[in-house]
Amino acid sequence: MSIIVSAIGQGLTWGIVGIGLFLTFRILDFPDMTVEGTFPMGAAACVAAIYSGASPLVATLIAFVAGMLAGLVTGLLYTKGKIPVLLAGILVMTAAYSVNLRIMGRANLSLFDKPTMLKNHFLESLPPYFDSVVLGIVVVAIVTALIVYFLQTNLGQAFIATGDNPNMARSLGISTDAMQIMGLGVSNGLIGLGGALVAQNNGFADVNMGIGVIVVALASIIIGEVVFGDLTMNQRLIAVTIGSILYRFVILLVLKMGFNANDLNLISAIVLALFMMFPVLEKRFRIRHTLAKGMTKHD
Amino acid sequence: MTEPIFQLNDIVVTVNQGTPEQINIMDHVNLSVFPGDFITILGSNGAGKSTLFNVIGGNIPVSHGQILLNGRDITSMSVERRTRFLSRVFQDPKMGTAPRMTVAENLLLSEKRGQHRGFGPRHLKAHMDKFKQITSTMNNGLEHRLNTATGKLSGGQRQALSFLMATIKRPEILLLDEHTAALDPQTSQELMTATNDQITRNHLTCLMITHHLDDALKYGNRLIVLDNGKITYDIAGDEKDNLTKEELLGFFSDIEE
Ligand SMILES: Nc1ncnc2c1ncn2[C@@H]1O[C@H](COP(=O)(O)OP(=O)(O)OP(=O)(O)O)[C@@H](O)[C@H]1O
Ligand SMILES: [Mg+2]
Repeated sequence: MSIIVSAIGQGLTWGIVGIGLFLTFRILDFPDMTVEGTFPMGAAACVAAIYSGASPLVATLIAFVAGMLAGLVTGLLYTKGKIPVLLAGILVMTAAYSVNLRIMGRANLSLFDKPTMLKNHFLESLPPYFDSVVLGIVVVAIVTALIVYFLQTNLGQAFIATGDNPNMARSLGISTDAMQIMGLGVSNGLIGLGGALVAQNNGFADVNMGIGVIVVALASIIIGEVVFGDLTMNQRLIAVTIGSILYRFVILLVLKMGFNANDLNLISAIVLALFMMFPVLEKRFRIRHTLAKGMTKHD
Repeated sequence: MTEPIFQLNDIVVTVNQGTPEQINIMDHVNLSVFPGDFITILGSNGAGKSTLFNVIGGNIPVSHGQILLNGRDITSMSVERRTRFLSRVFQDPKMGTAPRMTVAENLLLSEKRGQHRGFGPRHLKAHMDKFKQITSTMNNGLEHRLNTATGKLSGGQRQALSFLMATIKRPEILLLDEHTAALDPQTSQELMTATNDQITRNHLTCLMITHHLDDALKYGNRLIVLDNGKITYDIAGDEKDNLTKEELLGFFSDIEE
């Protein structure tokens, strides 16, 4: 039971990372690698801020700002520097590694005896692992509500149009450069925020915690899409978090099968690859058909 | 005589500067557009028609010359700024609309063409009646598909939508780049008729590129022919009205019927 609760808590927290990536990967149609640098950057900034005496809430907001700044750099390199977005992201991701070491002063920092967002009377009074579920729900709900609202504003619509057809957006006077810079900034801000929450959940930040983040976040997005199919934009945002929780269940199952935590990145990659190949597999093996058949009674 | 709304003064666009392939794809072009002008533009493939529109729209920088709007120099104004007075319909139905957004969302985007877009809610519902009314003027069922993703529309419906998007907020200058070329003859004629209705009824100032001699003769008050980056022919008023297809054919070769 408690491992299921723990998986839900992790799924919710990583849902924020998935939503962040959704903004670039799905709306702007960008393969943004910056996330592998901004996730540990958020963690590093948050932990360092807590060490220097900031309250956990302030430290978490600092993590958002740190991620956003890195995203803005990627945006500027892409729009003004004319560097392909994939490469721009890789450059910032690489540079972030050194920056993160500078921020922390060492390769990892423990929060063992430090305050975190999870260490308060209310959350500590809950049964084990429910603390991260409650915190996760609160943060995911706030983030989702803000993004849903934003996408329904005139600016949000211009942002969606930029990803959908940049040519048309420009011909309507939308500054596509500004939209792309903003999207990369907010996206990486959210990913930094996710990194900060994961660090507080885990009790430490590590410079290597970014490896594989893009795969996990993509998996949340793709699993949500494969499971729920055709949805409106608002529903798709919610589907990301549900996809993120389902991903944790899949990982839980795989670990139960005897794999260990060292195999996680291999497993994440395989899970994502399988879900991305779903349309192809579906065509070849008629998975949905077979599943539907398995659900009906024999006649 | 009224003042021109828009002027191109001695515009040159040189490409491949400093290489053996250096060439002027716009070659000392002068053009004065007057309020209410509906100019049809003819020219063979590669004559420079789209280049002319790209110069007007700011999509390609000019190497020499001056662009004036109401007497004000806008030569170095950005593409985004120019959309405040300029709107454009492209030949390719995919170019002018956002495929994953609905028809109504596309129209709403175009209603704020060239304007500031902020954190205010978009108020889509409040616009639906208006959108229903203007889409019904196109007589192609668009008014029943306001909540459909644009990518699911037919090419004809998409171009009709692109045209509506270009005119929903009155542009000072409307550029139509063979906007009916990708459509079947019947749909193309319907859109052309609707286009002409709108332009004459609202006294829009419009430049329209076409490959159809008949359309070029039938519509508009003025006709220009481009060849090799130069305006080789420019007639207006009675002179244009009295022009015959045979006379026109004499001015250039290579134009499809
Ligand atoms: N960026 C560019 N670099 C080099 N040459 C260009 C560039 N843009 C256009 N040209 C050339 O300029 C000439 C005019 O092109 P343009 O697209 O304006 O022709 P057009 O009259 O619109 O033709 P069509 O009827 O085929 O649409 C062509 O020879 C084209 O190859
Ligand atoms: Mg052309």
